[in-house]
Amino acid sequence: MSVGILMLVHTALDRAEQVARHWANAGCPVVIHVDKKVPRKTYDRFVASCSDHSMIVFCKRHSCEWGMWGIVAASQSAAELMLEQFADVHHIYLSSGSCLPLRPVQELKDYLAARPRTDFIESATTADVPWTVGGLDHERFTLRFPFSWKKHRYLFDKWVDIQRFVRFKRTIPKGIVPHMGSQWWCLTRQTLSAILQDPDREVFDKFFKRVWIPDESYFQTLARVYSSNIESRSLTLSKFDFQGKPHIFYDDHLQLLRRSDCFVARKIWPNAEKIYGGFLRSPEGAIKMSEPNPAKIDRIFAKAVERRTKGRSGLYMQSRFPNEGWENGMTFGRYSVFHGFTELFEDFEPWLARATGTRVHGHLYAPERAEFEGGQRVLNGALSDSPKLRDYNPIAFLTNLVWNTRGERQCFQVGPRDEGAPVWFICKDPNAQISVISGAWAIPLFKSNMNFADIRKEAARLQKLESDQLKALRSPYAKARVRIWSLAEFIEAPMEPLQAIIDEIGTDPTRRLAEAPKMTDLAGFGQFLQNLKNQGMHPYLMGDFPVTQAENEQKKPPRKPYLVQ
Amino acid sequence: MGVWDSYKMRLRRRHRLLRSIRKSRELSPVQNNTHAIRPNDILLVSTFRNELIRLPYFLEYYRKMGVDHFLFVDNDSTDGTLEYLSGQDDISVWYTQHSYRRSKFGIDWMNGLQRTYAHGHWCLVVDPDEFFIYPFCDTRPIRALTDWLDNSSIRSFGAMLVDVYPRGRLDRTTYRAGQDPLEVANWFDAGNYTLNKNPQYGNLWIQGGPRARVFFADNPKKAPALNKIPLVKWSRRYAYVSSTHSLLPRGLNQVYDEWGGEKASGALLHTKFLNTFSGKAEEESARNQHYANAREYKAYADQLGEHPELWCKWSEKYINWRQLEILGLMSKGNWA
Repeated sequence: MSVGILMLVHTALDRAEQVARHWANAGCPVVIHVDKKVPRKTYDRFVASCSDHSMIVFCKRHSCEWGMWGIVAASQSAAELMLEQFADVHHIYLSSGSCLPLRPVQELKDYLAARPRTDFIESATTADVPWTVGGLDHERFTLRFPFSWKKHRYLFDKWVDIQRFVRFKRTIPKGIVPHMGSQWWCLTRQTLSAILQDPDREVFDKFFKRVWIPDESYFQTLARVYSSNIESRSLTLSKFDFQGKPHIFYDDHLQLLRRSDCFVARKIWPNAEKIYGGFLRSPEGAIKMSEPNPAKIDRIFAKAVERRTKGRSGLYMQSRFPNEGWENGMTFGRYSVFHGFTELFEDFEPWLARATGTRVHGHLYAPERAEFEGGQRVLNGALSDSPKLRDYNPIAFLTNLVWNTRGERQCFQVGPRDEGAPVWFICKDPNAQISVISGAWAIPLFKSNMNFADIRKEAARLQKLESDQLKALRSPYAKARVRIWSLAEFIEAPMEPLQAIIDEIGTDPTRRLAEAPKMTDLAGFGQFLQNLKNQGMHPYLMGDFPVTQAENEQKKPPRKPYLVQ
Repeated sequence: MGVWDSYKMRLRRRHRLLRSIRKSRELSPVQNNTHAIRPNDILLVSTFRNELIRLPYFLEYYRKMGVDHFLFVDNDSTDGTLEYLSGQDDISVWYTQHSYRRSKFGIDWMNGLQRTYAHGHWCLVVDPDEFFIYPFCDTRPIRALTDWLDNSSIRSFGAMLVDVYPRGRLDRTTYRAGQDPLEVANWFDAGNYTLNKNPQYGNLWIQGGPRARVFFADNPKKAPALNKIPLVKWSRRYAYVSSTHSLLPRGLNQVYDEWGGEKASGALLHTKFLNTFSGKAEEESARNQHYANAREYKAYADQLGEHPELWCKWSEKYINWRQLEILGLMSKGNWA
């Protein structure tokens, strides 16, 4: 009893010969099908070089094109020859020239001998498979495909559209239910001969000749008719990328392949010397009876597919530059933006850093320079504080900053003076937490030593800028976590909102605020606002500040920092 | 992009090709070994002037990577480059005294050579101070990459310039011929790059890195472009437009994904900043043969007197391609 190998070959003939000899030397007969597109001379040379081995034979050649009938015809011819010439073959294994046996051939023989009635063929109904290329699943069987998908994609697609439009449908022959699966199978003699010697074979062949990618459905469908025991999986380790092309194995996959315990892997890069050298040796050590376990390889290739289709969130680089809305995370991770807090509290930045354990910057978009934490001139990733470099692409400045400091939350200040700040970008970013005390820009003016006329002018300018920024934050496009208080509202009960913000940052849930930031002295601020009003300017963003309130405050002793339990 | 724009691009490409044919007459063959090029060979094309000191390691690096044949344009070197290259049978050399600037900074010459010799070949276009890095380059030869690209029907492969620099003053380093320049200059900027899409050719326009940070902080718009597409399965219909930053037809510039995914990409480690640099900057700013009136070299020459240090506290030390991948400067895409 033995295993027969069918081998479909079209390139890298030397490697195919190497593998064929390996099989044959271990007592497995090999039938090779060489693509008709291989030139006659090359073919003859190939046949001649294999002619010294009685277990390697060649079958009738067909022209094979991806997605076309030729591959099935080739498998049929090879299978017929195998069944006819090697009577003691029990299982027939379909492989390609770039397949490589990973385990000693004896292990495969033992494995199959222990399961004499089992057909290993991946076979699922069209409704259940997610991996169809071109979005065609059931329609593969009901439409016609006279044009090559690879060479004439436009015609292929148009023809599909036309057939859909006129509701063309082929009838599926009676007695079969279309199934699909990996084209690399291992069938028992009984099942395979039943398929090939079916009295209705001509009907089925005629039907499948017009099916798209019949090599993934011909045997998969017919095996369902005859097999008594189908294991719906392929013994060949073969991973596909997001376009349905097989992943290729290289020398650096050697250990991975060894540990996979799969019998055969596809496809191997022809120049992978170490892999071919490593696996085509005569076996050493004890025979294992372990089940194939490709989980680790699966993970690596699944990751590759994910990287190609989804990419890394928040990364903008030479080969990933998503269109708006396709970023799949506009920035890498969460960050917090504070607006008006440094004006109200004297020691807000160091306090915030202590309270949250995050990195707290000043006004990153200040007109003078980017105020990095601790006055640094350059930050992670060699990000410069130069205002011109920053303003050249303010969004990239932010996305770079967040990307460069992966794993560490960033907090920074924004105010109406920071005209270059990409407010719209930030407020559309769900990773942003924005807290605003509106009107706080008036406090530095209140404390300044400027002439009142200049103060009035500056106040009008800042109020206009801030109101524009607030418009963005309040727009329906804003996806960030936005909180806005007017100054008057905030100083009523400052600790509650602060606690809420800190809790949301949530670096350490057990942390309670042990100290409050020191609020600046606002005595006389109400009068200051009244003066602005008296000059004809209307400060409204800070909310209602009674003129008298300031006088009440003055009578009390200055506020002390207090503890919140 | 309408029919008219497409037609304009076609005209521009034809113009480039005609120009490259005309400019090819400026080249005289010194050593023509192109008969040795076999059908699937991977080619490397480069133009240089007085880079003898870099050539030994350059050749070693790319031979080891698996490049089969080198096509060089020598722009009037006076340091014995031609003598050094003579007799190496995987190298073909052309010589010219004509203006580098008037050949679109060597692009016309190289387009001409590629048109003649590189049709149907994978072709790498790099400067002698650029070292091509691609995913798995430590374990897989470049043919593994080109086979994979062929298999995936990808015609062009992007590799961004990553400027590497030494720690400390440039003039304090010494580079010997044959030495790996990365032993001398192995620091780089990891995360200060900005990207824009060029609507005309569809390529990305990347700026940043140490040159923007130190030399162009006051005029970032003028900072040099870092996007490059050095590896292309060449066809005689193709033409580089502006250095290796962009090509025609425009489809070749689509080396980036716009729907959130990452395409595979590499990097060109740019080892310009060695002790040889100050002499070069002075010479080139005087010769005025480089891009935009050698603006770049002038900016360097102005500041080099003050011995600026490119290194900063947050510079990253180069280890390998995996590091660049993790930092997000290049990507494996779906190559695994």
